[in-house]
Amino acid sequence: MEDSAVIEDANGPVVEMRGISISFPGVKALDNVDFRLLPGEVHTLMGENGAGKSTLIKALTGVYRIDSGTIVVNGAEVQFHGTADAQRAGISTVYQEVNLCTNLSIGENVMLGHEVRGALGVNWKATHAAAAEVLAGMGLGDLDTRKPLSTLSIAMQQLVALSRAMVIDSTVLILDEPTSSLDAHEVEALFGVIRRLRDSGVAILFVSHFLDQVYAISDRLTVLRNGQYIGEYPTAELPRNELISLMIGKDLEALAELGSNRRSARRSEDAVPLLSARGIGKRGSVRPTDLDIHAGEILGFAGLLGSGRTELARLLYGADKADSGTIEIKGKPVSLHSPISGLTTGIAYSTENRRDEGIVGDLSVQENLILAVQAERGWLRPLPSRQAGEIVGKYVAELNVRPPDPDRLVKNLSGGNQQKVLLGRWLATHPELLILDEPTRGIDVGAKAEIQESVAQLAEAGTAVIFISSELEEVVRMCDRIIVMKDREKIAEFDAGPEVTVELIVDTIASHQAGDPAQPSEEGGAVA
Amino acid sequence: MSLIVGIVAFVGFLVAGIVYKLYRSQWFWGIVAIILLLSANLIKDPGYLSITYSEATGRLVGNLVDILRWSAPIMLIAVGMVLVIATRGIDLSVGSSMVAGGAAAMQFLSVVKTPDSVSGAAIAVLLAILTGAAIGAINGLLVTYVGLQPFITTLVMMMAGRGIAKVITGGQNTAADSAPFKWLVNGTVLGFPVVILIALAIVTALALFVRRTAFGLVVESVGINPSASWMAGIRPNGILLTVYILSGVLAAIGGVFAVGSVMVVDISGTGYQSELDAILAVVVGGTSLAGGKFSIRGAVVGALLIATLDKTVLFLGISGAATPAFKAVVIVLLCLLQSQRVRNLFTQRRAAATADPAAAPKASVAA
Repeated sequence: MEDSAVIEDANGPVVEMRGISISFPGVKALDNVDFRLLPGEVHTLMGENGAGKSTLIKALTGVYRIDSGTIVVNGAEVQFHGTADAQRAGISTVYQEVNLCTNLSIGENVMLGHEVRGALGVNWKATHAAAAEVLAGMGLGDLDTRKPLSTLSIAMQQLVALSRAMVIDSTVLILDEPTSSLDAHEVEALFGVIRRLRDSGVAILFVSHFLDQVYAISDRLTVLRNGQYIGEYPTAELPRNELISLMIGKDLEALAELGSNRRSARRSEDAVPLLSARGIGKRGSVRPTDLDIHAGEILGFAGLLGSGRTELARLLYGADKADSGTIEIKGKPVSLHSPISGLTTGIAYSTENRRDEGIVGDLSVQENLILAVQAERGWLRPLPSRQAGEIVGKYVAELNVRPPDPDRLVKNLSGGNQQKVLLGRWLATHPELLILDEPTRGIDVGAKAEIQESVAQLAEAGTAVIFISSELEEVVRMCDRIIVMKDREKIAEFDAGPEVTVELIVDTIASHQAGDPAQPSEEGGAVA
Repeated sequence: MSLIVGIVAFVGFLVAGIVYKLYRSQWFWGIVAIILLLSANLIKDPGYLSITYSEATGRLVGNLVDILRWSAPIMLIAVGMVLVIATRGIDLSVGSSMVAGGAAAMQFLSVVKTPDSVSGAAIAVLLAILTGAAIGAINGLLVTYVGLQPFITTLVMMMAGRGIAKVITGGQNTAADSAPFKWLVNGTVLGFPVVILIALAIVTALALFVRRTAFGLVVESVGINPSASWMAGIRPNGILLTVYILSGVLAAIGGVFAVGSVMVVDISGTGYQSELDAILAVVVGGTSLAGGKFSIRGAVVGALLIATLDKTVLFLGISGAATPAFKAVVIVLLCLLQSQRVRNLFTQRRAAATADPAAAPKASVAA
């Protein structure tokens, strides 16, 4: 499989983009960028957020018009006036965040626009059969195509989205962050399919922020930085650290040092915990769980997708109402039944679902930043504009939101900057406990480092932080204490230290037997 | 001399700035449509826009004054509607709130012993407002706590509202006489119709309330992304309840205006299809029916346009049968002009013109 890159010059590229420039008001999103994609290769587009990856993809899929440059597909110069043109040219896409109709059935979603038609309109039986066949090809044969899509987890929806792209017989398949919500098994399944597709001659354009995955799957990569073309490299010949320095244009020692001082436990044993939960749970979502968190501590939730880490966090904020257990803040029992009750008790929760539960896209950066503070005050007491200006100025500068324009609609910011705005929104409420659910998911290395740094500073200043990330390495490096979750329950708890490694956590998850009551309580109790 | 030139240049600059700002606003075409309609009337009758002061009655007389008077109730229901629509809802029951509110006021005035006292009229207006608030509250409760869809909820209230009006008057088209009540609608202050002053005062107060408190912000936030708003700590139920009650109250005041001019409530006619006028005014004002960003100014412009249209249809002598079609053509044209696609046609031409010179040198460097 590794030699598939060798055939490159025999066939010529299937896509060749030359001198592509695209400007938005005030921003040069792409500046004279070249890009080529060969048949039968997996090609990764690398770059920070705002580097122009999404813009380049949108130019190739006909979403944006290019200001200058040429696009050649299959040897013919093309001009796309919409996504339909690109699809007709054989280019299909799975976007960063799942974009399907959750109220339609799985089969309908897969076949949408390509239903099997008979004499009396759509032949639903045949359509579902065809959908099942496609899904079986993806290793998803056990899905019932007649169930609504909304019954699936986000991860499975992503795989369905990918299957949908395969219904159209495409020569180019674009996967924009397809793995950001998948767990290890699902990623493996996805990669198996990608390799099969590649070997059958499909050109695959892959975008991901997970370096391991990039090195595992891609044959070549193209690096962009600030809308400019940096270079094209065979993956095998480019060491990782070199790649990262190409992407961010500076060396990474600062990032490597981050978190190294987080090995010491910060809490004193006898102090009253800031938050103490006993037997907190919700049927069908989280089994009864105990946990304590102290001021100035970073507590990590480690676990795979669906392990209950998000569900537990939502209970602690009040986004979901627990049906068992008690929560005490500084020794006083509190009732958390809605987000506002969490906010007023000094808890803030930044969601993993930025698009649907995080940003309010059509509002400005300023309005998004003050939203939680305003909600806490109630709408009858508007935030004085001087105070609002202070909040906005402070967090735009501290978190390095780019572009630093408070009046820009937040939907026009890159993902990393949207995440910074959200972080600012919660920091503005001065929470005593800040819960960050996947704060670094789907954002670039630079913004990630900035967010990690802000979290470390927060804890230093005495804020308690719960840090949830599917990147275990990040959890291990950032946190003082780690709660390991599996199958909707807490299975272990570790104090950070040299002996706590990603391997230990993976082993703990792998060796834990479901329904073994002794293990979790013992291990959890031993350390807490 | 140079001073005059300077002043003229300054004023010209100012006007150009205002026109450009107007052009950028969503309701620019609404203003253009009003001007075009008035111009058409002006062609038919060169004296159409003249306003005279009648010594005999002590009031201003003219077509423009008529249009403004006619627009008063539409304006009120339109600004109520714009808030409801901003929350992703719709209020189809405003016409029924009008008739129910009007019926409550008329029925009270017809039975009370001193209908000509100011307090009697005040109580009548208060009863109308309470009736509208009750209808709005029922809408709001059904939408928030029961979770019914706004369309269904207010459709039901649209039917029920006329029934409530019938119950209030016992099925009669109740008439009454009350000088102060009548003054609210037909009276003048310094020649200017009271009804317009009241409508403008209410709309201004509402606009201030919405933008000076954070109400506008939370309404837009809930309309744009309800789950993100909820996660940010915003409690949507109180907000939804407030907008439906506001809509009901404003409609009821509109109902007072409607019945006050003739001092009789017409159970089947008062407020009939007013919800359509209100929705059209909102749309013309540039607020998306999908919710989110809203414009009260736009809704006012929309209401003025609807009123101008109604009066123009009468003035031009367009046959009653063709009236709805004429209205429809104007509205469709407006919506076309405001649609994103048509707007893009304008902006793309401008963007292309500015982008090309910037892109050209880069391309030559690359080559």
